[in-house]
Amino acid sequence: MIDTKDILETIRMIEEENLDIRTVTMGISLLDCINPDIDIACENVYNKIVNSAKNLVPVCTEIERELGIPIINKRISVTPIAMILAACTKKEPVKFALALEKAARTVGVNFIGGYSALVGKGFSAGDVELIESIPEALSVTEHICSSVNIGSTKAGINMDAVALMGKVVKKTAELTADRNCIGAAKLVVFCNAPEDNPFMAGAFHGVGEADRVINVGVSGPGVVRAALSKSEGLDLTGVADLIKRTAFKITRVGQLVAHLASERLGVKAGIVDLSLAPTPAVGDSVAHILEEIGLEMCGAAGTTAALAMLNDAVKKGGVMASSKVGGLSGAFIPVTEDAGMIDAARIGALTIEKLEAMTAVCSVGLDMINIPGDTPPEVISAIIADEAAIGMINSKTTAVRVIPAIGKGVGEELSFGGLLGNGPVMKVNTYSPAKFINRGGQIPAPIQSLKN
Amino acid sequence: MKAVITVVGKDTVGILAKVSAKCAEFNVNIAEVTQSILQGMFCMIMIGEVDSLKGSFGDFADALSSYGKEMNLKISVMHEDIFNSMHKI
Repeated sequence: MIDTKDILETIRMIEEENLDIRTVTMGISLLDCINPDIDIACENVYNKIVNSAKNLVPVCTEIERELGIPIINKRISVTPIAMILAACTKKEPVKFALALEKAARTVGVNFIGGYSALVGKGFSAGDVELIESIPEALSVTEHICSSVNIGSTKAGINMDAVALMGKVVKKTAELTADRNCIGAAKLVVFCNAPEDNPFMAGAFHGVGEADRVINVGVSGPGVVRAALSKSEGLDLTGVADLIKRTAFKITRVGQLVAHLASERLGVKAGIVDLSLAPTPAVGDSVAHILEEIGLEMCGAAGTTAALAMLNDAVKKGGVMASSKVGGLSGAFIPVTEDAGMIDAARIGALTIEKLEAMTAVCSVGLDMINIPGDTPPEVISAIIADEAAIGMINSKTTAVRVIPAIGKGVGEELSFGGLLGNGPVMKVNTYSPAKFINRGGQIPAPIQSLKN
Repeated sequence: MKAVITVVGKDTVGILAKVSAKCAEFNVNIAEVTQSILQGMFCMIMIGEVDSLKGSFGDFADALSSYGKEMNLKISVMHEDIFNSMHKI
């Protein structure tokens, strides 16, 4: 017997509080596509993706119709392309980007992630060529996302890669300056990148994964906020408990969708990513949750503590609701994708320095932040190094996705549209870190890495 | 297997009969109905058995939803699994 109250609660969550499944992402291994002839390798890649994912969109649509819950994105993640490129005699990585783009259009997915390289401890064959091709690849495609892992708790930080990525981020923005620099919004630089992340721009299919796998990312900041809006009088233990209970319900839907999609596609079920992923829509904001907890604006003193509690409660509630948990799991804080953060950044309540502190306690990093177009590459590199250090020392994933707003300065706006949102250009500390960045080399793995 | 059908809209004559007739077209047996009128708004939840459904669940959901639009009602059809998953351990 289904309780009437539960039925009405579920319908309210979906219709009024923006509960949705943010993404069903099929991870596909491309290791069996490797060929020394790059044209044959590209054809193999296209065929493998199309054969594996031809039913992904129809199956997800069918599940949406049955359960009555929107599945916002259908996506694909693939083996980091640098690994496929490594075997090719001609190193022309953009050919892979075009093959991926063609496959994305054929199967009708929103994005393919995995134009990636993993260089935490050094560059191997194909890595540098792939990284240097990212600006062009993202400027000639629409559906491709790129990521580069430049460090880990186990390996330390590859500062040569960090130096290179500052230039790559800047050039990617420049080559897409006529489209609001959108290329940089599809490029993320990681430390401790997870290999089963279903979220873009950082999704790729790790080499330790099965041939094909279905990973699901849930959402639901609006649901958490609505629950908290009725929490007047609760102390913070009570608030954490309420978030846990809400996260449980949200994640159970993700688990159900993962189970159904995996069964119908005949693909192994991977993980559910327990995330609070905001959208620019009113009522779907992580910042508004923090404000509901009791802060005047996101970015005020207390923001880091409130976010730490939120992030932890989401995981505790979600972990019991799902048989396998993974990916990024936690609260996301992408500035341009979150209505509350956009407002806070516009009035100066939220700064990059505060966001950096917040990344120490949430699931990702400096995400979707517009910075002045004249920010020097070495400053971008140093921002990446700071974030990576937080991830490396705290054994967590951190990432940087900043968008140099070419031709624009602090206070002006960039608008990407859709889920990527819009927001103001934020102030960056421009005292020069050039000497530090130009030293290059490797920041050695920290003592925390010696766990054996 | 059950479907949860919710109907919300301005109260008019024969809503229950019309929705039930549409369910019968798809061979859906109505197992339970609860309804109330709140300030002139008609709110109904029906539990339908869909084991012998004619056509796909999605087609049934779409048919009721567009039928609802014709009658100025909001009708949604959702599989029971989503409620059981969210609210039962």
